[in-house]
Order: sequence, then structure tokens, then C-alpha cells
Amino acid sequence: MTLTLDAPRIVETRPLLEVHGVSRSYGPVKAVRNVSAHAYPGEVLGIVGESGSGKSTLLRMMNLEEIPETGSYTLDLPDLSGNLFELDRFARRMLCATKIGIVYQNPHLGLLMKHSSSGNVAERLLVAGERSFATLRQAATEALDASEFPLDRLDAPPIELSGGMQQRVQLAKAIALEPALLLLDEPTTGLDVSVQALVLDTLKRLQQDRQITMVIVSHDLGVIRTLADRVMVMRRGEVVETGLADQIFQDPQHPYTQQLVHAKL
Amino acid sequence: MTQVLEIDGLTKGFSLHHLEKDIPAFENISFAVAAGEFVLLKGANGAGKSTLLRTLYRSYLPLAGEIRFHSSHGLIDLARAADVDIAHLRRTEIGFVTQFLTARPRVSAEAIVAEPLRLAGWGVEAALKAARTALETFGVKPDLWAAYPTTFSGGEQQKVNLARALILPQKLLMLDEPTASLDANARGALVTRLQELKDQGTAMIGVFHHPDDVMHLIDRIVDLTPNAVPQEERDDVAL
Repeated sequence: MTLTLDAPRIVETRPLLEVHGVSRSYGPVKAVRNVSAHAYPGEVLGIVGESGSGKSTLLRMMNLEEIPETGSYTLDLPDLSGNLFELDRFARRMLCATKIGIVYQNPHLGLLMKHSSSGNVAERLLVAGERSFATLRQAATEALDASEFPLDRLDAPPIELSGGMQQRVQLAKAIALEPALLLLDEPTTGLDVSVQALVLDTLKRLQQDRQITMVIVSHDLGVIRTLADRVMVMRRGEVVETGLADQIFQDPQHPYTQQLVHAKL
Repeated sequence: MTQVLEIDGLTKGFSLHHLEKDIPAFENISFAVAAGEFVLLKGANGAGKSTLLRTLYRSYLPLAGEIRFHSSHGLIDLARAADVDIAHLRRTEIGFVTQFLTARPRVSAEAIVAEPLRLAGWGVEAALKAARTALETFGVKPDLWAAYPTTFSGGEQQKVNLARALILPQKLLMLDEPTASLDANARGALVTRLQELKDQGTAMIGVFHHPDDVMHLIDRIVDLTPNAVPQEERDDVAL
């Protein structure tokens, strides 16, 4: 048996994100059972687990797309208090547009594939109330540039772009409003290795330059190892282990985590 | 002397669930390290030297015991400290030098070395400038500074690794065979830098395959061989 860890004593800031005791079932299937998670400002939390472990469901809850049957969710931001799951639809939409960015594995979920790339990013800003065309165009261009999207393709619709480029448009859209929280659902799965490296590098740089708090879900342990400060391991809707990324990979405690780490190539 | 670290009854082992087996690493280790002191860990392969370093850094979770660290925030037990506190201390006060560089794809040598400075709040230009100086100190040629170390030779990668790991002064530094794969010049640069840090008060705990490299830095030896003579009595024992 290992020792029980103390509460934080040096770091006095509160976690930016706190999810407490969330559960969600789909019919007889309990997708997420009594899960709690937190992420400190600027921290990257990685969530790993096999398909069907509930990690994406949990991420969608953090994006308020999915409301659990039980549990609470708070973000430590100015003018925001209480359980976010209790917000009405309008407030939820506004919060997601302005404070939370998300990148999906499938770009079709996050983008209008036949609209221009810059239009896709600008749409975010429109939802948040920006109306000047020049400002929209300028902000969209800056966000795409920060995501290392080639600026000569601003008007190309995502459907004409490669998978890696589509992920960059999603990323630009997600960071356009400088969100406090960036959620990433398998952002590099399905991309070839060199493009994967580009996307990871972009994410790492954004995290360092802007100190955005991130939650990243992936079954690719290499991706998690590269990006995450802390890792949470899920299995069958439950959290089996959490710890510092290097500890989870070098000294996994739970039988399932050991199996997962040993299975890595 | 000001104490930096007090290790008390530290025990580590691994539970391998698929073999249903517990593998002990070391048991009931106790010693202390003061500011500016250099402690060499000794013991045969498998005695648990690297495991001890990793446990102190909390890459491994100890099974029992205390690791009392006198941080700038006060005394804290690293064996039980919250993950977020450990992460904070690693950014600010506790360093770990390995024998391998964790090179990220598409990140240049100078950016890798500058990273700890950037995380400590330095501006881009100042951090890059300091990084280039550090790379130069360890003998990495200027035409490699902007290249990606993923394709460097083992020796060049290790120089980048050392430049990065030693760029900021730490209160406590763990050294896990940092001289492996280094040429004589780079070993010299390493010893010079370690002496500098020692003079500034960094407490160091190291594992060296060839301790001759760092002989004159060593203040004390802790032997991890089971049933070894307690370290207090070995202060003046030659290697």
C-alpha cells in the first residue's frame, strides 16, 4: 500500500475546474459513475482509458453538452458561481462560446465543413457578440495564425483541407476568444505521425505562451505523456487512478493502469 | 549547516499485479543532505540507487517513510505532498538530471533549453540568449542550436539535456548518471557547473557509474547495499 497524499499546502490557488460526483447512464449502461476531477490554472489534465471507459462523456460534460444525472461542475472564474449544470441553455451556450474551447476528434462535429475556414473561426466571435467585419476577420486571422494555419488558405472550406489542417481550424476556433479552458477529445487520433507532431507542438506552445488550462482525452499514451502534467485513468466509467504524468507511466499502481502502461509500444 | 532534505525510514517496492508479486527495492533508508552538500549513492546494480532518486522526485510513490524537504514555503513531506505541490516544487526548487533527453518532435535545441526559463516567467529573447550560452558551455556547436535534437547523437542529446536541466539553480538536485555518453570536455563543463551550483548552496544526490568524474565534489557516500555499514561511519571512506 502506498501513502495517502495530503491536501495541497504550497499551491494556494483554487482549481480552475472542479467536477464533483458526476454520473451519467445511457439506458442500462452506466457511462460515468461518480467521477470527480479537477484542474488547476495552467495545468494540463490527461484522461486515458479504453474505448467506452467514459472519458469522452466526461469531456462533453465539461463542455456542458451533456448534463449528468447527479453531480456538480464549477469553474473558478469572475462573475461565475454555482453548479454550471444548473445554468439555462442560453447561459450555457454563452459560457461555452466565451470561456471554453473544444477540439473534437471528428472535425465534422466542430466545424461547418463548407464554410470558409476563417468564417468558421469568426462564427465563434459572432456568437460572443462581435459584429464588425474587419474585427472578425482580423481576430480570425490571428487565431488561425496562432494555430499555425497557412494564411493563404483562409478562405478554403475545411472540406477541402487535410485532416491536420482541419484540426488547426478547430483549434483556432477554440482559442479565438482566449478561453480559460481548452478541451481536447483525441485531437491527433487518425492523423499521420508528422502531422500529429505538428499539432502536439502547437498545443504545447499555446499552453506555454497562454497558460490555458487543458483537459485532453486520448487513448494514445504518447500524446498524454507529451502534454499532460497530471493523468487520470478511467475504466468502465470510474476513475481507477490519478497522479503526476511521470508517476502514472513509471510507477502505475492499479492493475488496469499497469496493464495499460505495459501495453504501450 | 542548513538542512535541505531529511529522509527518514524510506521504503519502496513495486507490486506487479500480473505476476501477483511484490518486488522490494529498498527498505528503511534514512539520511540527510545539507545545503551545498553532495551525496553520492553507492551500491551494486539493482541496489535501488536510481529507484531512490526517482522516489525522492516522486516519479515513484514510496510505500513508507518520510522525505522532509525544507522548501522556501516551509517544511513539506515529499512522500505525502499533493501532486500539484510536487509539480510546483519541480518547476522552482527540485531538479532531476537523467542520462537521457526527452526530445519532443519539432522543438529546437535552444527552445528545449530555454523552456524552464520560460516556465519561470522569462521573456522569449532573454531565455533564448541564456539557453544559447548554456549550450555553448556544454560544447553544442552553434549550427545545431536551432536544429531538432530528435536526430542528434546520444552525446549531443545529453549535452542539450544537461544544459536544460542545470540552467536554473535549484535547492535540491538529483543526478542519475549524467556523465553517461559524454566526452571529456562536456564532463569537464558538467563538473564546473555542478561546482558552481554547489557553491550557491544546491544540495545534490547523485548516482555515477564512474564517480572519479566528480570525486572532488563528493562530501559523503550513502551505501544502499543491504546491511551496509551505516553512512555516518563511512564519511571518510575512499571510493
